[in-house]
Amino acid sequence: MSFPKELRYTKTHEWVKSQDDSVTIGLTDFAQKELGDIVFIDIPEVGDQVTAGVSFADVESVKAVSEVISPVSGIVTEVNEDLVDAPETINEKPYEAWIIKVNELGDMEELISAQEYEQLTKEG
Amino acid sequence: MEQKTPLYDLHLRLSGKMVPFAGYLLPVQYATGVIAEHNAVRTACGLFDVSHMGEILFSGKDALNALQELLCNDMSAMDIGRVRYSPICNEQGGVVDDLVCCRMDENRYLLVVNAANKDKDFAWFKNYARGDVKIEDISDQYAQLALQGPKATDVLSKLIDVQKLPVKYYTFIDGLKIAGVDCLVSRTGYTGELGYELYCQPQKALQLAEALLQAGKEFGLIPCGLGARDTLRLEAGMPLYGHEMSDAITPYEAGLGLFVKMEKPYFIGKEALLTKNPPARIRIGLELIDRGIAREHNDIYKDELLIGETTSGTMAPYLSKAIAMAMVQKKYAVLGDVVDIDVRGKKLKAKIVELPFYKRAK
Repeated sequence: MSFPKELRYTKTHEWVKSQDDSVTIGLTDFAQKELGDIVFIDIPEVGDQVTAGVSFADVESVKAVSEVISPVSGIVTEVNEDLVDAPETINEKPYEAWIIKVNELGDMEELISAQEYEQLTKEG
Repeated sequence: MEQKTPLYDLHLRLSGKMVPFAGYLLPVQYATGVIAEHNAVRTACGLFDVSHMGEILFSGKDALNALQELLCNDMSAMDIGRVRYSPICNEQGGVVDDLVCCRMDENRYLLVVNAANKDKDFAWFKNYARGDVKIEDISDQYAQLALQGPKATDVLSKLIDVQKLPVKYYTFIDGLKIAGVDCLVSRTGYTGELGYELYCQPQKALQLAEALLQAGKEFGLIPCGLGARDTLRLEAGMPLYGHEMSDAITPYEAGLGLFVKMEKPYFIGKEALLTKNPPARIRIGLELIDRGIAREHNDIYKDELLIGETTSGTMAPYLSKAIAMAMVQKKYAVLGDVVDIDVRGKKLKAKIVELPFYKRAK
């Protein structure tokens, strides 16, 4: 399982990459392994508002539904449309398969380092 | 505290993701994942540990009579070596459980019941069986492996002369030696594929499972978990207790009328069932038109009117479609009609389709 050092993480298993005044959000390697084969993702549209601590997307594996929680409040500026037809990309390349990019950032949830996150996944 | 099946250590060795299920710790999937496991069974072969299933033995001179009164199906014209499916009903006609019954001998019948219902069934049988019949819960004496898929016979051919195997669907042969293990082998399954279910002593289960996995390698056999077991049965349109059947659902509603023999003089539930056919609601198949996946307990609407709810739903791995089974008012169960399924507040369009969703080519 990988935990890229340059990313920040949430305790709800999202990874976050900050660039200037925008953040990119995806699901971690640990999350995709826990979910199993991902077969569907319901993503927001550009222009939608997301709220820190609130779900912005549903990911579904064969067996179950899971929510993706936004670590920030802001406006969706880009969505990864490729995931709609190929949600399994999240299983294959979790750190390339970004879900949304958010701008006009407001509140932010507590983010943790790769090391802290790896520790968290070990504690189960 | 959950029990472990005799294959618990093997599951861990094979990176099984263990979950509690019906009082047992079982793998929901292995490292390969549900989709690969599901498709292995459709195209090659899969091996399932189903040792959690319950086994209840009926013996004695009134064994058949007792079964005739306890089960909806007719077991009377059943030869030794035959297997028959039946629902058990309560006095209101609701389903207590569903099972397969193997006729072992003149006066000996082995019933294989759902793990979650084992204790309930055993108590039910003890309470309602009449006459000279001995009823024993012998679940601890059996491990059960399900070898399912078009290559199942090829896999067994590496370990036994295939001439010895049961040929007809819903038959079994007891006392077969497979990889040095005494087995009862039945030609049954819960996947919609050709396959076998192998019963053996728990202490021999590991030896049998390892031999099967080894023999099956060249045919693409992989171990499969509960996840694939559920998606396979759902794709094959098979009902599952607690979903399409319950003590508040009759066999007629569940689409199991074929297994209810009203011409029998008496069985528990018969009187109630006399007034419950045809049923007001029935089990249907749905295929989603909109993107998304329905799960169980999603409401179904026809032109804003609530007509029923889903009982199971998934993305069907082999068909690559979102499918669901549902219980709806009978007058709305029209093949080809489009209904709305409320999936977490979003209404998704779905088409009523024929069951099963998947049928293997013969």
